[in-house]
Amino acid sequence: MKQPQHDLPTTASAKKAEWELRLYVAGQTPHSLAAVDNLRKICEEHLAGKYHIEVVDLLVNPQLSRDDQIIALPTLVRKLPPPLRKIIGDLSDTERVLVGLQLRAGKRS
Amino acid sequence: MDVPRKKSTPARKAASRHKTGPVVLTKCPTGITGLDQITNGGLPRGRPTLVCGGSGSGKTLLAMEFIVRGAIEHGDPGVFMSFEEGAEELAQNVASLGFDLHDLIARKLLVVDYVAIERSEIEETGEYDLEGLFVRLGLAIDAIGAKRVALDTIEALFAALPNTGILRAELRRLFHWLKNRGMTAVVTGERGEASLTRHGLEEYVSDCVILLDQRVVEEVATRRLRIVKYRGSAHGTNEFPFLIDETGFAVQPVTGIVLDYKAPADHASTGVPQLDQMLGGKGYYRGGSMLISGGIGTGKTSLAMSFVDAACRRGERCLYFAFEESPDQIVRNMASIGLDLGRWINKGLLMIHSARPVIFGLEAHLRLIRRLVDEFQPQIVAFDPISAVEAAGSYVSVRATLMLLVDYLKSRHVTTLFTSLTESGGPSETSEVGISSLIDTWIMVRNLELAGERTRGLYVLKARGMAHSNQVREFLLTDHGIDLIDVYVGPAGILTGSAKATQELQDKAAAEFREREAERKRLVLENKQRALEAHIAELRAEFESERREVEDSITQEHSEMETTLAGRSAAGKKRGGGRTGPGDKKRRSRK
Repeated sequence: MKQPQHDLPTTASAKKAEWELRLYVAGQTPHSLAAVDNLRKICEEHLAGKYHIEVVDLLVNPQLSRDDQIIALPTLVRKLPPPLRKIIGDLSDTERVLVGLQLRAGKRS
Repeated sequence: MDVPRKKSTPARKAASRHKTGPVVLTKCPTGITGLDQITNGGLPRGRPTLVCGGSGSGKTLLAMEFIVRGAIEHGDPGVFMSFEEGAEELAQNVASLGFDLHDLIARKLLVVDYVAIERSEIEETGEYDLEGLFVRLGLAIDAIGAKRVALDTIEALFAALPNTGILRAELRRLFHWLKNRGMTAVVTGERGEASLTRHGLEEYVSDCVILLDQRVVEEVATRRLRIVKYRGSAHGTNEFPFLIDETGFAVQPVTGIVLDYKAPADHASTGVPQLDQMLGGKGYYRGGSMLISGGIGTGKTSLAMSFVDAACRRGERCLYFAFEESPDQIVRNMASIGLDLGRWINKGLLMIHSARPVIFGLEAHLRLIRRLVDEFQPQIVAFDPISAVEAAGSYVSVRATLMLLVDYLKSRHVTTLFTSLTESGGPSETSEVGISSLIDTWIMVRNLELAGERTRGLYVLKARGMAHSNQVREFLLTDHGIDLIDVYVGPAGILTGSAKATQELQDKAAAEFREREAERKRLVLENKQRALEAHIAELRAEFESERREVEDSITQEHSEMETTLAGRSAAGKKRGGGRTGPGDKKRRSRK
């Protein structure tokens, strides 16, 4: 296992960010790497300049799994803006990620 | 990732086979009353056990007791992972059973982890796994060095995560992971329509499967437990009734109750001296179980209350469960036979608890009874009538409950007194809710109908360890209490009441009549004798007179002959002869 990444470079500082996203992963599995990549792409495209991403590796900080009730990995949690949303999976389906983040009207948003 | 993602079934089986090997499967005692008995020692150690059942069947409690008792009684720290109820909710639910979860958590014997999954918050995109759950579980296990794990109920995941393909693979991995960590786990699952669990958990957890069932038969709910499967171990295969009472889960292996209580050898009076006489002269054994059974209006309650009154007189405490009458009504009614129960209630020696048994289920009753017995500490506990409890459950469960109750009371040396109503016309000795074998002393009171009158007959059907009377006594309720009198036993069977009195009068008259008859016959005989004697005297007199007559005639004839001879001799002399004449011959021949 390699040393896990903590904060990815973001285009806006945490203070100003309208969108606060937290991505839970466990180690650098293909799923987690894919999820990080996919998330960055989506954010750059739709939320440029107003987002902050925090990546949490549960193998390093397992106690954090309780805070957001994490079961499945990877899980993306939209902390801000409310309401809280969770998107599980490697975020490969961009349409569904956008629906999940409520950036696009979906069947449940 | 140190855990294999997927493991094929044969490999998994090989692993478990390797684990058991020649070593006998070790068991992990649950501490649950009765369950360890029917599983011959507990659940398979280091393996997951599936507990399935419908809603409200007690799955969560079983899982919780397994963890809590493991922590308290065996010092095994445990993790309870809940998918349905919050930690606080769980703590409250089991607080009524005397489990203090907060204390256990503080002592690092327990971790309660509530996994809340909100379906509406979750969007699925692409591939994922349940590593988060593994991490959480691993964290909890490591925090306290847990040996036991409960997952209640993991099937909630199926509702939250739509991709069942991923979920199934991950569950398979989870159970394998638990096995590898040597966790003795209890996994609960909702009962499915066609399979044991709704989502087929039995496919993954196959070492031990326990099925809980709550079924309603004739409007009465009964809980049952069955061990469907237990790999590598003998186990009870029956359905065992179980209760959830104030001590928690209690499975009742009817045949498995250990009979090892001590039996007190001292006696106590029944309050009816004649009945004491019938029971070997000393009364009943303390700490035994007694049954008074009989038809309607045979005085069962009165007899039971007489027992209670006698005990209160000795300063003993009595707890009386009345299932059909209110305390006031009983006190009033008993006053009519001279029993003043009010004073015992005021002195705190007698407690009458009235409730209809059908209001609560059986287990609620058992719970109540135990609580009152613990609080009141009585020497005698009476149930009047126990047949009313029959309505509260099926035959098997009532029998099991009563057995549990009797054993519980016997182990505390409390004398148990039951009354039981026998249906008129029915076989009186089989309708006693099947508790006859639990009863040490059995008194039957029967209605005897005779000559347009109803009386009561009492006899001792059974009295373990006592030389008891086999006689039927007539049982009278008088205004000064209960009286037993001997019955009339005659050629026409037994007689009681006024029939007995009539019969006794008849007997007396008959005896007098026989006496007079004998006297009369004696007189007749006397008369006969007298007549006979008179007749004899008459005959004798007749004979006498005849004899005299004959003698007279002989004498006369004789003298006549003398005279003739004398005349002839005189004539012969005259003719000159001296020879014997024919007159001599004649006299000789006549003689």
